[in-house]
Parts: sequence; structure tokens; C-alpha cells
Amino acid sequence: MSDITKQSLTELVENIKNKKLSSTDVTKAFIDRSEKSMELNAYITNDFTSALDKAKKFDQKPNLDLKLPGIPMAVKDLFCTKDIKTTAGSKILNNFVPTYESTVTENIWNEGAILLGKLNCDEFAMGSSNETSFFGNVQSPIDKNLVPGGSSGGSASAVAGQLTPVTIGTDTGGSIRQPASFTGIVGLKPTYGSCSRYGIVAFASSLDQAGPMAQNVKDCALLQEVISSYDPKDSTSIEFKRNHYSKELTNNIKGKKIGIPKEYRVDGMPKEIEDLWQKGIQYIKDCGAETIDISLPNTSYALPTYYIVAPAEASSNLARYDGVKYGFRAKGENLIDMYEKTRSEGFGAEVQRRIMIGTYVLSSGYYDAYYLKAQKVRKLIKNDFDEAYKKVDAILTPSTPSSAFKIGEKTNDPVSMYLNDIFTVPVNLAGLPGISIPAGHDSKGYPLGLQIIGKAFDEQNILNIAYAMEEKINFKNKITDWWIK
Amino acid sequence: MSEKDSEYLINRKDNQYEVVIGLEVHAQVLSESKLFSTSATKFGAEPNTQVSLVDAAFPGMLPVINEFCIKQAIKTGIGLNAKINKRSVFDRKNYFYADLPQGYQISQFKDPIVGEGKVILDMPNGQKEVGIERLHLEQDAGKSIHDLDPQNTFVDLNRSGVALMEIVSKPDLRSPDEVNAYIKKLRSIMRYLGTCDGNMQEGSLRADVNVSVRPKGSKEFGTRCEIKNVNSIKFMQMAIEYEANRQVDLIEEGKTIDQETRLFDTKKNETRSMRSKEDAHDYRYFPDPDLLPLEVSEKFIEELKNDIPELPDDKKKRFIEEFKLSSYEANILVSDIDTAKYFEEVVAKMGKNKDIKLAVNWITGELFAVLNSKGLEISQSPVSAKNFAILINLIKNGTISGKIAKTVFELMIDGDKDPQKIVEEKGLKQQSDPKALEALIDKIINDNREKAIEYKQGKEKLFGFFVGQAMKASGGKANPQLINEILKKKL
Repeated sequence: MSDITKQSLTELVENIKNKKLSSTDVTKAFIDRSEKSMELNAYITNDFTSALDKAKKFDQKPNLDLKLPGIPMAVKDLFCTKDIKTTAGSKILNNFVPTYESTVTENIWNEGAILLGKLNCDEFAMGSSNETSFFGNVQSPIDKNLVPGGSSGGSASAVAGQLTPVTIGTDTGGSIRQPASFTGIVGLKPTYGSCSRYGIVAFASSLDQAGPMAQNVKDCALLQEVISSYDPKDSTSIEFKRNHYSKELTNNIKGKKIGIPKEYRVDGMPKEIEDLWQKGIQYIKDCGAETIDISLPNTSYALPTYYIVAPAEASSNLARYDGVKYGFRAKGENLIDMYEKTRSEGFGAEVQRRIMIGTYVLSSGYYDAYYLKAQKVRKLIKNDFDEAYKKVDAILTPSTPSSAFKIGEKTNDPVSMYLNDIFTVPVNLAGLPGISIPAGHDSKGYPLGLQIIGKAFDEQNILNIAYAMEEKINFKNKITDWWIK
Repeated sequence: MSEKDSEYLINRKDNQYEVVIGLEVHAQVLSESKLFSTSATKFGAEPNTQVSLVDAAFPGMLPVINEFCIKQAIKTGIGLNAKINKRSVFDRKNYFYADLPQGYQISQFKDPIVGEGKVILDMPNGQKEVGIERLHLEQDAGKSIHDLDPQNTFVDLNRSGVALMEIVSKPDLRSPDEVNAYIKKLRSIMRYLGTCDGNMQEGSLRADVNVSVRPKGSKEFGTRCEIKNVNSIKFMQMAIEYEANRQVDLIEEGKTIDQETRLFDTKKNETRSMRSKEDAHDYRYFPDPDLLPLEVSEKFIEELKNDIPELPDDKKKRFIEEFKLSSYEANILVSDIDTAKYFEEVVAKMGKNKDIKLAVNWITGELFAVLNSKGLEISQSPVSAKNFAILINLIKNGTISGKIAKTVFELMIDGDKDPQKIVEEKGLKQQSDPKALEALIDKIINDNREKAIEYKQGKEKLFGFFVGQAMKASGGKANPQLINEILKKKL
């Protein structure tokens, strides 16, 4: 059984289609492993019993034309799932059971997949280590007491630890790519507007985007193909021709021009990151593509810009959690007292910090200096990319400025925590697609990732580049099953 | 009335003060569904039966603009002779309240859908132009109900997310009468357009009233106070009167006026401070990232322009030209779209040989009186335009006298009866046969010989006596004009 969970999504789909495996076999295997993996704390809610029922039902009348036939899958607990508790990693939604399904998960179930459970994440996706979750931190399968990254930390841990064949996360400033990089898996943040935000608990509306996380690029392409759709229920969803990403996947990237932005060579970046990047450049060349030095001059403003725009939107998006309609409510003397107690007790420290920052930057007298200026800088950052894309087809950078760190190491230093996102946030600010692929290990044997940033709606291109590089890199994740007794 | 006489001023000893008023009217968009969701908007539904997940702000729910509401706002803008902005932006106005599920109201702050415009008021001393500053779209909030339970507040979200148009006037109004005329004109225009039903009892039209005072002749504005959420014209007028006098008193006492938001207490007939400028909410407006800026094309606007019906000002002009009505009469007929519709239908049904003046007099006289006494709108008139037209024609062609017509009209009210039939059934047809009338009059003169002699000797007052006798003898059916003629001849 154990080798079932080692299979990639593509292999599992093939084996189910060839009737070498049943959905029940596969579902059972992942449930078994998930049950043995409670120490990772990757799940907030499991739906194993019902998943097994669904798998059996699928096997009675298997529809093998579907893209994810009978494939079990756990998803980040930021996606609303009908009749299944959805918490966003927060106490304030601890008892919240949606009566509706997010468009992205709906797309997944429509292709035959089966929900295994809901995966842990930073509270309201605010965090880079999965330590802000009300449901406790997540352990990385890479090493004990190592963070899996965040905010999609449970998702990364579950894929790397083979608790689910693939999963979906959300990425507002790096929340898919950074944990993917930390756990040695592939994570794609699609172009803003590619995947519907309907039914996803909002963090920062103009930046949030759902995306796939997988063991390899092909699986990632397949899942992206399933989740991306135009959705009239999301006014920011965009109608464009969506590729059959997995079918059209090719490792032929000869003649592609890949930009290497000098501004990503930041102060204090460890040598192993620089080395990894150089290795990446070599892989690109080995694939027959060309690298070109480029400049993205406003890169250094991306992080401060992000930490104005995202909290501003969050402060407003999270106003609805007021104890009046659903979720946690504290007793209060009057309405204001109830609000204050509900939100003080219901939100964790990081969420409160960002609500305060956001409220401050939107306040009259500060709006122009912070929010409005940040929006202008955001435009400049986007222009940087537009300029660069006149010369190159994609851009290669490290995914993160360091490898994974220990649990507790950065919890008292928010700024150093925020610096984790330095290479990923510009991509969100510009609304572009970005993919992180595992590319090597640091001296401690922890995974390191490289990021490929594409033009808007050019997911196919960066998937192809990632696919070609993946072949050259031949990365092997070192999963020791340390948590399984 | 001269302009001087009509000026609304507040007098104190030797000082005269002018009142400056600006209105922010909240008009509910006439639409089956809400501004950003598909829930229904019917008035008076059971609490919380017209609430979608979007209206109740469930996690992950997103607003989607209702195109119909956009069209309604643009049409209203066209009706207000205003600039339609091809690009407008929806902003979030952030504040906490139990009946505001999102914790913010989606509104338009910097870039409204409609810019500057104007409306013309017909005042007794002539026309007055009132500037429109802007019109923007926004969501209504829900309703908190505090009196159902001693401990708890109940929330009804049926209104939550309903589309409102906020129409902001320039500070061009100078009296409660002008405010009355302005609100009525706005209401009239929107009802013509079908963009707001203007029903103040149901809260479809409410206003925030900005009031300031200044010495007569001064060009500077005084400090203004905003009176929130007044829901009838009468209350607006009372509130303005009270507030203007309060401000004048402060100035006369040498005190300063604080810029603040006030509430009008309809029971005590006074305004009360709600919050001062210092306590004003910081709404932290910013563009709603869930909605892209709204862009409309020239073609879209042009198509809506072609869809605009004849509006009150144009209709009035036409009525004066086509039907030779006075400005006053035309005003009465056009101010309400249903009255205008009724009138035009009566005109159409009267056919070729019509007496429009007579019809107008009867509409504004008898018909209005009946509607008033029964508390009905003209759209609910118990007498249809068709039968009303027949009645006017019966008077016009001499079949019945005006006096008999009143009797007939009263009978028509019950079940919209055909006046022709009433006249026939009750035998009310006017006696217009000169020979029969002559015989009748001869008999009366014979029976009253002495009085006839007195009349001839110069007691002219007695003429009326003879008319009365003749009418009485005919059972009121004699043609009064003929009676007069014959009497004059015979006496």
C-alpha cells in the first residue's frame, strides 16, 4: 500500500484509468498515511469516512473520462466547502460550516476528485511559517521542528509528506511558492483572474489567487487546468483562452529568453541561494534557452508596498467577522463591547497586527502618504515587468532568500518573517503567474526552490520552462518519515 | 407676488438672515434585485427572506454589479441634465454596525457615475434653477430592530444591499418651500423615468438636509449642520425652520455654530446634536478591490438616452403649446406622471370636438376632490379616463348641464359607470328644446304675474327668481343658457 502514496497524481490517474488501482485503494492509502501523520498537524478537519464512501461509490460506476477520476485530495482550509467546517485557521471561524462551495473546489470535484479534509494554514493566510494558525503550527516532513512555510503550510506538508497526491493553496504574497520551496515541491501562483476567488475566504482581494501544489510540474499543470475557469460570480475573474496545460506541456524551451533580474541579488542573501540561482541559470542554458541580465528597478519597494496594500484590504475584508452573523461571538455589555471582545479573542496576534496596520494606512490624513502612494508604486513595479517582458519570455529568481527555519525562530521578529516574501510579493503586486520548483538542497539538506515568473496568462510557458528544468535538476526530496513511529 | 415678498428670511431686530440649504437625497433604485446580488427587493416582505449569501457577507462572497441598476442611475442622470461619467469607481466606506454585514458599505466616493447637472423648479415668482453636484450609487444597510426584545437587537437584512442613488444638490435652495418644490421635482422626474417610485412612506426617498444661515446679502456661507435621514417633506421643512432659527439665535447671542450632524426629533419638533465634527467617523474610503472600475461606452449611454420618455419640463411646454393651457394648469397636470397620463388619455378619448379647458377644470376640480376625500392616487381613480372623457363630452355637446354632470359624476364613482347610460337611465338629459322650454316659461310667468311686472319696473334681481323657478320646474334638466335667453325675451 505504501507505494501508492509515493505515486504522482499523473501515475495515479493513469492507474485508475487502466483499472490497476481503484479509487478505494488510493483513497484508503492516503487516509492510512494521513492517520499515521497526525504529528505533522497538517489537517484541521478530516473527512475520511465520507471520503471512503465516495471512493466506493465512484468505483461502483467509475467515470474514467474525468481528469481526476476518484482521486482523493485535501485542500487548504481557506476554501469554503459545502457542509464541511471551514476555519481559515482562525478561532473566529472555528464553528463555521458553509452552505456553499468555492468555485475552485467545485471545479475539482466536478472532475471526479474526492475531498479528504481541510488543511492547516496561517490564520486568514497571514503568515510565512504556519505558526499563526489557531489550530497550532504545522511540522515539516523535511525535519522535526522545521516550519513548512506559509501560509499554505498544511498544504505543503501534506503534499511533501504524501498525505494527499496534490493540493491547492492560495497565494497573496508567496503563500504557495514559499512553502513549496521550503518542502521541496512544486507550487504555482496563477495570473490574477485565472482562478475564481468565489468562496475563498478573502485576505487581500487584489492579490489573492488560488493555485496548485504538487510533487512535480506535470501534476501541477494538470491541476491548474482543472481549477482555472472564468467565473461570472467573481468580477475580477478574466475571460481568456485557457490551455490544456498538462496536454500541451513540453520540455522544448529552445530559444526562450529568460531574464535574470539583478535587483534580486539582495544584501545578506546566503551564498547557497546565490549558488542555487547560478545553477538554475546553467540549467536554463542546458535546456537550450538563453539568459539575459535585466533590471526590475523598483523591486526594493515591493515589500513595503505589499505590507501597505495587503493589510489595507485585509482590514476591510475582515470587518465582517464581528460576531453578529456567524462564527465566534464573545459576550459583551453592548454592541461595541461585543465587537471588541469578539475580535480581540477571535483573532490572533498577527491578524490583529495587520488589521491595525491596514486601518492606519487607510485613515484620513495618512491615506495619501501610504495607501495611495503604495498604489502608485505598485503600478511602477508592474511597469518594470512590462518593460522586462519586451526583452524576455520569463524571469528566473530564487523562490526565497533562505531555506526553511525552525519553529519559533522568527515568531518574535515580524519584519524578518516578512522578508521571507521578498522574491514572491512583486509577482502578486503585478498580477503575474509564478512557479516555484525544487532545485537543490542547502548544507542542512533542506530544499531550496527556484521561481520562474511569466507574462500574464502565460502559465503554459512557465510550466514548460519548469518542466524542462525539472528534468535537468532531477531533484529528489529527502523524506525520512521521521514523524511515523 | 414680487420677488421681495417671496424671499424667505429670518428676522431678528434689525438683522435679516438668509437660509442656505443643500440636500443629499437617497432614492431607492426601482429594481427587482439588489445592487450587487440577485436577491429580491420587494417592500414589506417577512424579515430576512430576501437575503443572499452576498447580502449577509458570508466568507468568500463577492459582489457582482447589477447592470440594470447602472442603467437606472444613468437614466436618472440624463433626467437631471447631468454629465454621465464613462468611468466610475466603487469604494468601500468602512464602519461597524450590526445591520451592516460586510463592515463596509459599497458606495462611490471620488468617482461617481453621474456628475454635475441641474433641475428647474417652478416657484410662484418664476423659475429657479438648482444645481446637482453629483449622483452616486451605493448599497443600503439592513435594519436594526430594538423593540422586540428587552435584551437583544434583531437585525433584518432584507434592505441590505438594495441599490440607492444618492443625489447631492448644490447649496442652492433658500427656503422650505423651495425644498418642497425640489423634492417634488426630483420625485416627478424619477417617476417619469421609472427609476425610483418616490414612495416616502416606504422609505424609497429620504434626505440628509444641510442647513446654514448668513446675513442677507452676504456671499460667504455660514457653518452648516447636517440633519440626517429625514423621511418626509413636511419633516424636512419643519427641521429646516427649527434649525435655521436655532442657528440665527446662536449668532444673535454672539455664539458660534458647531459643524455637526444632527437628528430631527419629529415628536418634539426640534433638531438634536448626534455627533460633532471631531467625532465624525473616519470611513477609510478606498476603491473596492472586488470590483473593477465601471466603464460605460458612449453607445451604451446613447441607447439609454433614446429610451428616455418625455420628461415633465418638456411635457409642460407641449401642453401649453398644444392644448393652450396656462403654465399653472400645465404644472398641475405634469407634476405627477400618472396625472399627466390620465389627462392625455382623457384628451385622446374625447375625440375631435373636445373641450380641453373643461376637462382640465374637471380633473383638477371634481376628480381631485374625490381622490383626496378617498385618499386615492390618480392611478387608482374610480372613474376611468374613458368614462371621464365621455362625461366631459356630454357637457360640451349640451346633453347635460354642468350641474347635472356633478350628479352624474357622483354616480359614476361607484363602479366606473358609463355616464351616457346614467343619463339615459335616470332621464337626466338636458332639456334643450326651445319650444318646450318656452311653454314652461310661459306658464311660470303666468303663475307669477306680479313678480313679472315688478321685474319690468326695474327690480332686476327677480331675474334669478325666474331662472330658479324654470330650473325647478324642469327638474334641473333645462339648458340654463336657453332658459336665460328665453326669459330675457319673454319678460
